[in-house]
Amino acid sequence: MLPFLGRRLLQLIPTLFFVSVIIFGLQQLLPGDPALIMAGEERDPDVIAQIREQYRLDQPIPVQYVYWMKGVLSGDLGESMRIKKPVLDLVLEKLPVTAQLAGMAILIALVIGVGAGIVSAVYKDTWLDYGANIFALWGISTPNFWLGILLIFLFSVQLGWLPASGYVRPGEDLQASLASTIMPAFVLGNAIAAILMRHTRGAMLQVLSSDYVRTARAKGLLERSVVLKHAMRNAMTPVITLGALELGTLLSGAVLTEQIFTIPGFGKLIVDAVFNRDYAVVQGVVLVTATAYIVLNLLADIAYVLANPRLRS
Amino acid sequence: MATLTATDATASEGLLVESPARRAWRRLRRRKGAMLGLAVISIFILLAVLAPWVAPYDPIKQSWSLVRKAPSAAHWFGTDEVGRDLLSRVIFGARASLSAGIISVGIALSVGVPLGIVAGYIGGWVDSLISRITDAMLATPFLILAIALAAFLGPSLGNAMIAIGITATPIFIRLTRGQVMAVKVEDYIEAARSVGNPKWRIALFHILPNILPPLLVQATLALATAIIAEAALSFLGLGQQPPAPSWGSMLNSAQRFLTNAPWMAIWPGVAIFLAVLSFNLLGDGLRDALDPKER
Amino acid sequence: MTIRNRLIMTTVLAASLTGAAQAQTHLRIGLAEDPDVLDPTLARTYVGRIVFSSICDKLFDIDEKLNIVPQLALSQETSADGRTVTIKLRPGVKFHDGEPLDAEAAKYSLERHMTLTGSYRKPELAQVDKVEVVDPTTIRLLLKAPFSPLLALLTDRAGMMVSPKAAKEAGDKFGNKPVCAGPFRFVERVQQDRIVVERFADYWGKANVHIDKITYLPIVDSTVRLANLRSGGLDLIERPLATDIKTIRDTPRLKLVSAVELGYQGLTINLSNGPKASTPLAKSARVRKAFELALDRDAMNQVAFNGEFMPGNQWVNPQHPYYQQTVPIPKRDVAKAKVLMKEAGVTGPVIIDFMVPNNPEARQVAELIQSMVGEAGFDMKIRVTEFATSLTQAEKGEYQAFLIGWSGRTDPDGNIYAFAICNAPQNNAGYCDKPTEEALNKARTLSDPEQRKHMYELVAKRMIGENEGHILYLYHRRVLIAHSDRLDGYRPMPDGLIRVVGLKLK
Repeated sequence: MLPFLGRRLLQLIPTLFFVSVIIFGLQQLLPGDPALIMAGEERDPDVIAQIREQYRLDQPIPVQYVYWMKGVLSGDLGESMRIKKPVLDLVLEKLPVTAQLAGMAILIALVIGVGAGIVSAVYKDTWLDYGANIFALWGISTPNFWLGILLIFLFSVQLGWLPASGYVRPGEDLQASLASTIMPAFVLGNAIAAILMRHTRGAMLQVLSSDYVRTARAKGLLERSVVLKHAMRNAMTPVITLGALELGTLLSGAVLTEQIFTIPGFGKLIVDAVFNRDYAVVQGVVLVTATAYIVLNLLADIAYVLANPRLRS
Repeated sequence: MATLTATDATASEGLLVESPARRAWRRLRRRKGAMLGLAVISIFILLAVLAPWVAPYDPIKQSWSLVRKAPSAAHWFGTDEVGRDLLSRVIFGARASLSAGIISVGIALSVGVPLGIVAGYIGGWVDSLISRITDAMLATPFLILAIALAAFLGPSLGNAMIAIGITATPIFIRLTRGQVMAVKVEDYIEAARSVGNPKWRIALFHILPNILPPLLVQATLALATAIIAEAALSFLGLGQQPPAPSWGSMLNSAQRFLTNAPWMAIWPGVAIFLAVLSFNLLGDGLRDALDPKER
Repeated sequence: MTIRNRLIMTTVLAASLTGAAQAQTHLRIGLAEDPDVLDPTLARTYVGRIVFSSICDKLFDIDEKLNIVPQLALSQETSADGRTVTIKLRPGVKFHDGEPLDAEAAKYSLERHMTLTGSYRKPELAQVDKVEVVDPTTIRLLLKAPFSPLLALLTDRAGMMVSPKAAKEAGDKFGNKPVCAGPFRFVERVQQDRIVVERFADYWGKANVHIDKITYLPIVDSTVRLANLRSGGLDLIERPLATDIKTIRDTPRLKLVSAVELGYQGLTINLSNGPKASTPLAKSARVRKAFELALDRDAMNQVAFNGEFMPGNQWVNPQHPYYQQTVPIPKRDVAKAKVLMKEAGVTGPVIIDFMVPNNPEARQVAELIQSMVGEAGFDMKIRVTEFATSLTQAEKGEYQAFLIGWSGRTDPDGNIYAFAICNAPQNNAGYCDKPTEEALNKARTLSDPEQRKHMYELVAKRMIGENEGHILYLYHRRVLIAHSDRLDGYRPMPDGLIRVVGLKLK
């Protein structure tokens, strides 16, 4: 176990290095001059030159990279050019928001996905199977920005049940907080539900046709207890590890969904920063979310190996 | 247990052994969901190919007196914000969306599979390098990668396809590598090597055919994701350029008119939904049909 | 208890209850974007100016007729040679941190605009040589040359006063906690989520401030912003879509207020910047005239904006005092356009690389233009480009036509000078014409409106009437504000800024 863990931890470093290179490189590839965008309508050449100097935009690219990495390694993720706030502050500000959204989305995904997966596996090849399939697949088949707009139209404008946009902290008002995040969480969770359904179904099918379940059935145990106790317990392992992975993806911020629902999370922060060429923000946030994703991956793998002693060898 | 390759179909023992392709097709036929998906996809492909003959109007012809008209006998899906017929635009939009899906997955396959084979078969530092870069790409938010690439390449449908293709490549690298590593310890690979086959021959003729099934499944599912990705990029203005239609850019225009002209948003959204759902159903069905553990 | 006492008790009770109900009036405003840094010296977005309207007062302000009126300054006097401007400040004004707004503070603020690293106000105040303190309530600006647009600039960010104590302490981080002298003080800001300000108890005009707290919420999607207003989540929104006007008018609880904007939307033609400026459109005024005659500005307004905006053909809108009646909007005439093209020796379609900003309204207008001029022999290839990229490409001349507008300034000079002077920062089309330059330079030194208008007439005739210029002005948007009927007292202003003094929430 330990050499496995050690090896994986060591792999973290080159992976993160490549992430930093990729995201830094992409920013440089983007056409457009950040100084010009900062200037916007006011276009004085002296001012623009000053901005370039202030943010080292006139330095060669490798030099800029080194400066950035030096800062990162000492805990300074840089500063947003647009609003002059440290990137780290922005990250800490947005983290709880995205975490709340991600958590709720995973919960919804688990309920829909695992439920549909169980139904689909137990009643395989019947109409319930196909129905559950389509119900869960609906999530990844619908563009989330479209679904989001339709939901707002239905629940906010027509029915007036939920706020059309915005975010309320749970600390301020728990009910309003849930109301403001339920729709985007549903849109996000929907998509993940499909993936969870697939894996639940696959795992359940595998277990249901396995020896010890057949033995349990032969012993005459009730179908339901067979399903619930034995099959599910063993099918849950891959599902849980998968859930952890998807959580990592969610933490990168559901870009379009946050845009539509105006949730001030990572996704919106990154996409706005890309369009404003606010390099430091994009680089810093992506580095943070990528680290989280990789760590979650690692934890999921560890959990998987722990749960399946056979895989350790 | 080794999977029979296509070349083994001609059974020298005289037994009629069903080729894996036929077996897969038979099992696929049994899954109604997959068949439904296949049917819908075929309809879309037909529409896309025969668009100029099937569409009732010119998709880019504007008509300033018929702006944002509700569905009627003359315009079954209604008209858009400059008076173009929506049905025609949805039909022609299928070309953009479907070709975007096919080409981007094609790019991902042609770059990802070879890299995956190299990583899995050769191993060593080459494997480490490729794997770490793949991990890094997978850790970066997909849409950000796609947006940055599309912005860099310039806004156009073709560049959007390249951007999506590149962002989809890591998954195929990882999948292929995993499959190669599982297969390369098999007996027949060992046999081929001992006979003296060079590595590239083994990779091409012995490994690749045996890892095709999961790749095929993933490709189908990736097609579904690619269509949505194209819609997302076009929605952000980075894909299909006006006035040519694509389902995503139609949604972009429709956003402002949700209350006045909801039909502008409904039809392209439904089209995307049907196409993507169909590919997903087909992919799931393929996975079941190609599963060696099923009878 | 006697009936009289009972009555008194009931009235007192009722009064205290309504008093309790009026505990805190909270105005929620929906913005179309998240503002950039809230520092008047470093800010550059339009939405930022909306927030400044409540927290940072300026030396002067404008009224609906674009006249300059006092705010933090009471009066001004310009010397006969136009090179000295003496400004008298309002006495007894305090900043949000209690510091007094005196001549020293005003001098500090202006010098900060002129000298802080990265200040965007520098070019605006470029003509100011020195700022002197005359007495505790009077400052004097010494100019390098006469400059009539100066006062108009002091009604915007260049005239905003900041507390020297707070500014010195914070340096360029001032925008994280701005301290100014407006009716509201800054409380908190969560990026992309909200900006909260509350009533400033010592405001000089506090008698007219009836709202306790304002929250600005940036909501980028126009449909969602309107949905919030309709569902009661917001009290006021800016920039609803023109195509939503009917919906708003049909909703009884909502009111729509509009004023024609100070800016314009137009099409810039690359005349001589780089190798791309090689089309007949760039080389021949006749071809440009043909292009213009193929356009139907009225139809454009009708189809894209339900007729709600205003077609135009100059850098100020047709209702503006500086609009030249002698250069009217031409009517569509495709036949004449084709004749002109033939005269210019054009055979076959003229292919134009058409750069279009990435927003739905611009795309729709671009598609309309493409269709219209297509009939006269132009083949516009639309290229939707996101904002950041388009700025760089415009600079380098990597376009042949660019659909771009200008948000507008109070003084007409602000709408034309930086675009039409040779090598001016905003002139990326390479337009350079001596007579135009002379007229524009002269116009900004004159102070008599009639004389200035005459100078601008020369420019309009040349650039627009004879199609020598590079900008084809197309239309002027309306500044649209929609608010719930709970809000009283909102008056539309041509600059679209949401002035909060005088507003009442029921």
